[in-house]
Amino acid sequence: MIISIASGKGGTGKTTVSVNLALSLAEPVQLLDCDVEEPNCHVFLEPVINQVNKVTVPVPRVDSQRCNGCGKCSELCQFNALAALKDSVLIFEELCHGCSGCWLVCPEKALTETSREVGVVETGTADELGFTQGRLQIGQVLAVPVIHAVKNHINFEQINIIDAPPGTSCPVIAAVQNSDYVILVTEPTAFGLNDLILAVEMVRKLKLSFGVVINQADIGDQRVREYCQNENIDILLEIPHDRRIAEAYSRGQMAIEVVPELRTKLTELFESISGQVKKKSDRTS
Amino acid sequence: MKELVVISGKGGTGKTSVVAALAVLTDAHVLADCDVDAADLHLVLNGHQQECHDFQAGREAIIRQEDCVCCGGCLAYCRFDAIKKCPSEQGGFTFAIDPVSCEGCGVCVHFCPVQAIDFPEKICGQWFISQTPHGPLVHARLGVAEENSGRLVTLVRQQSQKIAEEKNLDLIVIDGPPGIGCPVIAATTGASMVLVVSEPTLAAIHDLKRVVQLTSHFKIPTAVCVNKYDINPELTDTVETYCREQSLPLLGKIPYDRAVTQAQLAGKSVVEHSQGPAARSIKQICSELQKLLDE
Amino acid sequence: MKVAITSTGTTKDAQMDLRFGRAQYFIIADTQTGEFEAVPNSQNLNAAQGAGIQSAQTVAKQGAEAVITGHVGPKAFRTLAAAGIKIYLVDNLTVEEAIERLKKGELTITSTADVESHWA
Repeated sequence: MIISIASGKGGTGKTTVSVNLALSLAEPVQLLDCDVEEPNCHVFLEPVINQVNKVTVPVPRVDSQRCNGCGKCSELCQFNALAALKDSVLIFEELCHGCSGCWLVCPEKALTETSREVGVVETGTADELGFTQGRLQIGQVLAVPVIHAVKNHINFEQINIIDAPPGTSCPVIAAVQNSDYVILVTEPTAFGLNDLILAVEMVRKLKLSFGVVINQADIGDQRVREYCQNENIDILLEIPHDRRIAEAYSRGQMAIEVVPELRTKLTELFESISGQVKKKSDRTS
Repeated sequence: MKELVVISGKGGTGKTSVVAALAVLTDAHVLADCDVDAADLHLVLNGHQQECHDFQAGREAIIRQEDCVCCGGCLAYCRFDAIKKCPSEQGGFTFAIDPVSCEGCGVCVHFCPVQAIDFPEKICGQWFISQTPHGPLVHARLGVAEENSGRLVTLVRQQSQKIAEEKNLDLIVIDGPPGIGCPVIAATTGASMVLVVSEPTLAAIHDLKRVVQLTSHFKIPTAVCVNKYDINPELTDTVETYCREQSLPLLGKIPYDRAVTQAQLAGKSVVEHSQGPAARSIKQICSELQKLLDE
Repeated sequence: MKVAITSTGTTKDAQMDLRFGRAQYFIIADTQTGEFEAVPNSQNLNAAQGAGIQSAQTVAKQGAEAVITGHVGPKAFRTLAAAGIKIYLVDNLTVEEAIERLKKGELTITSTADVESHWA
């Protein structure tokens, strides 16, 4: 089973829910941190990393002897990553999306495929938990290949919990797609609601089952609850604002250590999700 | 004309709340919300939308089913797993391109033996100009599941620069996106100054370091402030030490204050809604910022 | 020699466009014969990244041996340098003034990009 935790707005508590949920479950669990720009789960889990793999993307390489400056590669490239000059071509790797069009179209076979590194995937364990995180190299823009590389470590025999990045664009899609269930974490404020609506649009577009967790549930007003009710969206759990949780979070400590009741609530949340996922798969098979 | 970009690395540290306060406290400026994935600034600035434009960027590939000969070549070429082969009712197969996964590279379009793939330009979102009591606001909304955030961020910046030139305004205050990727790079390159809003948590400190690496990579002057500093005074000290070691000005420390959320719920910035500790602290940070910007 | 000047208009008295990647026009002028042609740069006005690279290719295709503009980013610089095109950076001038200054030898060749890479 694959459960992703996402949110429109940053800072609502995705990572808090991800790591605490992972540690609350009895069954074998793997945590996959797909917030590759700013991975934070390791701060709380302190995993022992035993493998680091580079994530590479394809880029073209030019053999200047063969290049006759015809420019077909540059014409095809939608990303302006190639500049065709009189008898050579300049490659701008940082703009390349790795589509392979240029080396396929080159009539002189002057372009070949090579690769460049954009980040790393680190795997290991945190006590009983399997742990995988991706880390995008600073200055790189292609987060999606790193996220795909993290998700290659999904273990279908286990429960996989994916901590997604904030927002609703490409990297988030890459993280949550093909999940059995998405937990959207929000807060009961104007920003929380605004961004939850965007996140709901996203999961609906991807046709994924989802529910909402309202974090810091008592600091704001009713607008998020009303929205969920109107839209028939499950509110899976409400976590009240608790300074103990905020302080524990700041130190990198688990919330379930300082508020043990939370562990029970998270286990119940998982049971509810698990039931829904099984029901859905029974219906479709 | 100076551009100040407020970012955080980690999301949720209070960027937008700080920007809204700066909008109220500073004069003669244009405001821009470059968090195009989850734009919130307009919610606390009481803006009235005046203009709405489509954002067009890149292209998408669409198979014309009536001309497709089901050779499967496109699927073989696609490096983004965007093409799906599905059994069709007539017993054969059809091929379709998933718009969410399509990267707009054009390879399938180019190599289709019967030219059965269209490649139209794509509308990925919208951008807006609103008038607020504190100056014009340029903001945007990226379509859900879209790429091209960097391009939309760039467009928002360009439009705000254009307004600043037209109206002879000296300062653009920009609410930046979270993270360190494409949208943040687009929001910050060439800016006069970056303010990182951090918080005293291990997670935020980890992200602060990554974001500072990014801004120094692009050579942008960077200052820092700490929000909710009293949640963990020890870690606030850690941030202070880090800033000293990196020669980054630490402009101030904002205490945790419920007034920030209350102001947001009321649709206002904290400095309009309250005279409390957070509001006072932000006023002070603002004046330190102005000194730095004037240098 | 053929020189490309970034311009806001199509005539010699037009103000220069100080941007290279998103210049509205390239004026291709021959300093010896006095001939000149205005090449529009419409493909790039709304392009995303890589506008500078595209512009560099355009001026190289036109056979320009030098470029006079206001600012050049690192990708455009790299492309022009690879094509062996000399780069002169100036402040606000008209196209005609820029050509005259070049002919009089008053302009200096730039050896590096003068602005950071940007997505604008």
